[in-house]
Amino acid sequence: MSPFGFLADPANWQGPDGILQRLLEHLVYSGLSLLLAMVVAIPVGIWIGHTRRGQAVISLVVNAARAIPTLGLLVLVVLLLGTGLMPVVLALAILAIPPILNGTVTGFNTADPDAVYAARAVGMTGGQVIGKVELPLAMPLIISGLRSATLQVVATATIAAMAAAGGLGRFVIDGQKRRDGYPEMLAGALLVAVLAIVLDLLWGLIGWASRRRTHQTA
Amino acid sequence: MDFTWIGNNLADIGANLGLHVILSVAPVLIALVISLPVGYLLHRTGRTANVWVALIGLLYAVPSVALFVAMPLLLGTQILDPINIVIALSAYGVALLVRSVVDGFRRVEESVRLSADAMGYGSVRRVLTVELPLAMPVVFSGLRVVTVSTISMVSVGAVIGNGALGQYFDLGFRQNFLTPVIVGIILIMALALLADGLILLTQRVTLPWYGLRTRQARSRGPRPTEVIV
Repeated sequence: MSPFGFLADPANWQGPDGILQRLLEHLVYSGLSLLLAMVVAIPVGIWIGHTRRGQAVISLVVNAARAIPTLGLLVLVVLLLGTGLMPVVLALAILAIPPILNGTVTGFNTADPDAVYAARAVGMTGGQVIGKVELPLAMPLIISGLRSATLQVVATATIAAMAAAGGLGRFVIDGQKRRDGYPEMLAGALLVAVLAIVLDLLWGLIGWASRRRTHQTA
Repeated sequence: MDFTWIGNNLADIGANLGLHVILSVAPVLIALVISLPVGYLLHRTGRTANVWVALIGLLYAVPSVALFVAMPLLLGTQILDPINIVIALSAYGVALLVRSVVDGFRRVEESVRLSADAMGYGSVRRVLTVELPLAMPVVFSGLRVVTVSTISMVSVGAVIGNGALGQYFDLGFRQNFLTPVIVGIILIMALALLADGLILLTQRVTLPWYGLRTRQARSRGPRPTEVIV
């Protein structure tokens, strides 16, 4: 029943279906989809947060997104666009957008209005207000949005293995197909859990640093 | 959409829908029953509670698949046993709800607590009839998040062969057939929406006073900051 036998065998770490390759795939899926989601969600979030338009839409989108079954979305996208890297990244990015968008907009909303008015009063342009005042003040909440998005993406990248993708979820799926595959499933589960916790703690550290910075400059 | 498939499988879809409801409602109720007393006791420890809430919250970082797979090892159950899903999702619910309960009790003002004491309330009566109702709005908002995400997470159980409506995602992928996938997504989202509405309704009925003050404030006109600007 122990996953450690599987993990201790060096043969399981190497090769095209080894742990290192699966870990790399997992990180590539997660990293690319987070980047894609950031490119979309942060500018839109900045626009909504700065102009205060479309706020109601945000809470609607965030709540609805929580109800989307991640596995269903993944299979839907893969059936429509085919297997491979891009469909998986696209499906994961769709799931990562709402938390990042929410973090950015909430960050802008909670930026001290006095600081924003002061910036306007000393003659800053709209762009300067965003870049020098609102964005730095919003940073801790943007980071907490990125943190939730990362958890969602790493978890969903695991079940992407069910739709013929790589990543650490492969050990869970492949292990289940074999009669004696439970240790392999457990090893996959353990690796994914450790990866998720490490990434979460990393974001926690970055968030802590950014909060300290905000408090010093504010 | 292949409506013939839906027609032919109505009984099966209904059974999976029922199973989905059971597999989501049970963990949410279990998590609520555990989180209320645990959250209250943690809140009583003061700042130490932050450490515990952070530690319990770490569980939320663990992907649900990993937790599902680990259950047979931890509980000694069979991998296909639906109890794995229920216990794992209950643990998730606790990880999220304990924080809400602690936050909720923290929002009860000290003066309110002291007033209850001064009026001769015993501590049990004070907690149940004064503090708990005042903490409930925060608990309800946590409960809504837990319920909606639990309903969507049950389907991840399909990965270990037990996902109620989530099984249609596996079926759809293996047969390259969109209809079951769409049926699954629509039913799960509708279920989440319905559950969310029910909780909101329960909140309105049990806490009729909540939201009154903000509604009055809004009708009184622009907020002070807006007047200054």
